[in-house]
Amino acid sequence: MDEETVEIQGRIFYQMVAIKDCILVQNLEVHQVAERVEALGQFVMKTRRTLKGHGNKVLCMDWCKDKRRIVSSSQDGKVIVWDSFTTNKEHAVTMPCTWVMACAYAPSGCAIACGGLDNKCSVYPLTFDKNENMAAKKKSVAMHTNYLSACSFTNSDMQILTASGDGTCALWDVESGQLLQSFHGHGADVLCLDLAPSETGNTFVSGGCDKKAMVWDMRSGQCVQAFETHESDINSVRYYPSGDAFASGSDDATCRLYDLRADREVSIYSKESIIFGASSVDFSLSGRLLFAGYNDYTINVWDVLKGSRVSILFGHENRVSTLRVSPDGTAFCSGSWDHTLRVWA
Amino acid sequence: MAGGRPGVQMPHLSKMERVVVSMQDPDQGVEMRNQRLRITVIPHTVAGSDVVDWLVQKYCISEEEALHLGTLLVQHGYLYSLRSPRSLVLRPDDTPYRFQTPYFWTSTLWPAAELDYAIYLTKKNIRKQGALVGHEKEHYDQLHRKINHTWDLVVMQAREQLRAAKQRRKGDRLVIACQEQTYWLVNRPPPGVPSVLEQGPERSSCTAGRVQMNTEFYKREMERCRKALTRARVKSSICLEAYLKFSSQHGPHDPIMSGCLPSNPWVTDDDTYWIMNAPSVAVPTKLRVERWGFSFQELLEDPLGRAHFMDFLRTEFSAENLSFWEACEELRHGGQAQVHAMVDAVYQQFLAPGAARWVNIDSRTMERTLEGLQQPHRYVLDDAQLHIYMLMKKDSYPRFLKSSTYKDLLAEAVIPPEAKRRVFPFMRKPRHSSPSPALLPASTSGEPVAAASGPECGDGGT
Repeated sequence: MDEETVEIQGRIFYQMVAIKDCILVQNLEVHQVAERVEALGQFVMKTRRTLKGHGNKVLCMDWCKDKRRIVSSSQDGKVIVWDSFTTNKEHAVTMPCTWVMACAYAPSGCAIACGGLDNKCSVYPLTFDKNENMAAKKKSVAMHTNYLSACSFTNSDMQILTASGDGTCALWDVESGQLLQSFHGHGADVLCLDLAPSETGNTFVSGGCDKKAMVWDMRSGQCVQAFETHESDINSVRYYPSGDAFASGSDDATCRLYDLRADREVSIYSKESIIFGASSVDFSLSGRLLFAGYNDYTINVWDVLKGSRVSILFGHENRVSTLRVSPDGTAFCSGSWDHTLRVWA
Repeated sequence: MAGGRPGVQMPHLSKMERVVVSMQDPDQGVEMRNQRLRITVIPHTVAGSDVVDWLVQKYCISEEEALHLGTLLVQHGYLYSLRSPRSLVLRPDDTPYRFQTPYFWTSTLWPAAELDYAIYLTKKNIRKQGALVGHEKEHYDQLHRKINHTWDLVVMQAREQLRAAKQRRKGDRLVIACQEQTYWLVNRPPPGVPSVLEQGPERSSCTAGRVQMNTEFYKREMERCRKALTRARVKSSICLEAYLKFSSQHGPHDPIMSGCLPSNPWVTDDDTYWIMNAPSVAVPTKLRVERWGFSFQELLEDPLGRAHFMDFLRTEFSAENLSFWEACEELRHGGQAQVHAMVDAVYQQFLAPGAARWVNIDSRTMERTLEGLQQPHRYVLDDAQLHIYMLMKKDSYPRFLKSSTYKDLLAEAVIPPEAKRRVFPFMRKPRHSSPSPALLPASTSGEPVAAASGPECGDGGT
């Protein structure tokens, strides 16, 4: 079969799936089912901590399992570990590249991973030895052929999952740097990923510039499900706490909820006055609220069930680039191109 | 950065353009006035406050949000102030603004051309000697050096444009100057002002692909579509009901939704909540123990819950099941170099005939597992692990929830009293630091020991 035939066949199959989606008898959306749910009352969240110390745009952050420490990375290559409760900086390292777009805290709290325009993901053990230079123990783990956009440790310190501008995701063994599995299927840069909170399986979801969100089986490397309803790049994906769904934030100024068992989009969070892309999304602990950071410097809080916006939070002076809810759900942290991070509660 | 249509790469631009077009609708748009400016009258101006009001009405948003959105429109050059065109702010008063001509829209004329900038700066220079200051002077000098060979063309163009402008009405001249100035304020912002057009590292798109759309790619797509066509889907109503159930069940446990007792540490600076919910605390809170009853997964995820479950299994002489499951988890998420050794250890301890902690798997699974063990890899025990997991979930877990162990835990669990609002007008409670997980010797669960409140420990500041 020559290339052209394969391409045509592929497109036909693709259309068939799209048609099947349209014929689905039930096109129910969450808010219809949630009509009987009580609406949320007045919502007040304020900035409780402001972390200043990055000299340039903050691009990414992640929480430590201890619920108070965070790691953040910025455009000038700086990666900082903070105790955000006291606002003290505990560690800092300067990467040899700019635009460190990805960073992650290890589950043990004893290491961090980061990467960006260097096309790599490196792991730094955290040490309190004053004599030791943090950069000295750096371990280069992942190697891609384009920028690193996201990284995450799996359930232990010993494996890292990465997403890259080269259109692939990959799973790596930290100790040896060995590639354990690669994930091909996106048609363009992969911008984000999130691991599923599943009890038995190993799956994760990724989103990219091809407007697709894809769910992968970590063991086989296969894409098990894909969703393509966004109209622009998908900047962020995050699982609903039960693991049965995930939310996405996109440059098309909408956030959407996709159900894995129903295999379709079930809710869209948008407002005509929201024009700029959503860069980062995360759920509150119960999944009732969806926090989304936008490129218009604001954070919008959505009622996941009702589909309506609960609140808009002002404060940042440039685009919000990263947003994560803390592990115990007491607060969320946002990072911005205005060089600061804020903890809201 | 070249290539690509800006409208596609920056979808917010076309959306903003739609907004300003609606604003200029003769019937539904913002009220237009003639604005007297010194000795001329400028038509088609709008007041800042009218812009804000229009946005409030049109999008049903607050004044604060409308002002924010309006300011973004100004910052992107779609509106400019007639009185102080240098400042890209929206004043919610009678300050007159005008809509930028589509010729100068960011999506039309992007990226800004060096030649055009050179001409603009040259015009300024010619019109009034010494008018160029700061960054504009620097850019002018830079450009002069860079495109020196075509400088005659630049000066000629500049002179021609100035001459043509002189032939226009004073009002038009003013407007055109504002339009041009706004365009350059957006495309060449002064130092210290972040550029609204900056997008970060270049992304590719499907058309400009970094990914090869070859046979391989389409074969994979086909396979995925084939599976999607035949996949069984759960009825939507069932899936959606599940969200309602989950959210209402977990609502009281969500600190942002329902608060937390004694208080949210971020709000009151009091970290008692964390101390009371530390991974290995002597007496857990009621909410925490309740959560163990939501699902088997939630029980296992909490190290304290898991420890109590292990104790319970010991009374039933089936603790090896949980230990086996934990060992399999370690294998799956462990280092690549340890895989063989770990598989071996697990086999010896749990699966081999006569093993010290033999686990009861059905014969078919055992057969498959033993076969797989010939070529061990990290997923070789998946089937067996799943079997044991389901066994615990369907059998031991429900019994645990009915057991006196669990009931006692529930009864003895604490409900922290709500912290009374303390009023310290002049004194703030000090924020206690906690030892970093990286400081402590790694425990088996990898969790830090409960942080003690008390005098500041561990130095901050780097």
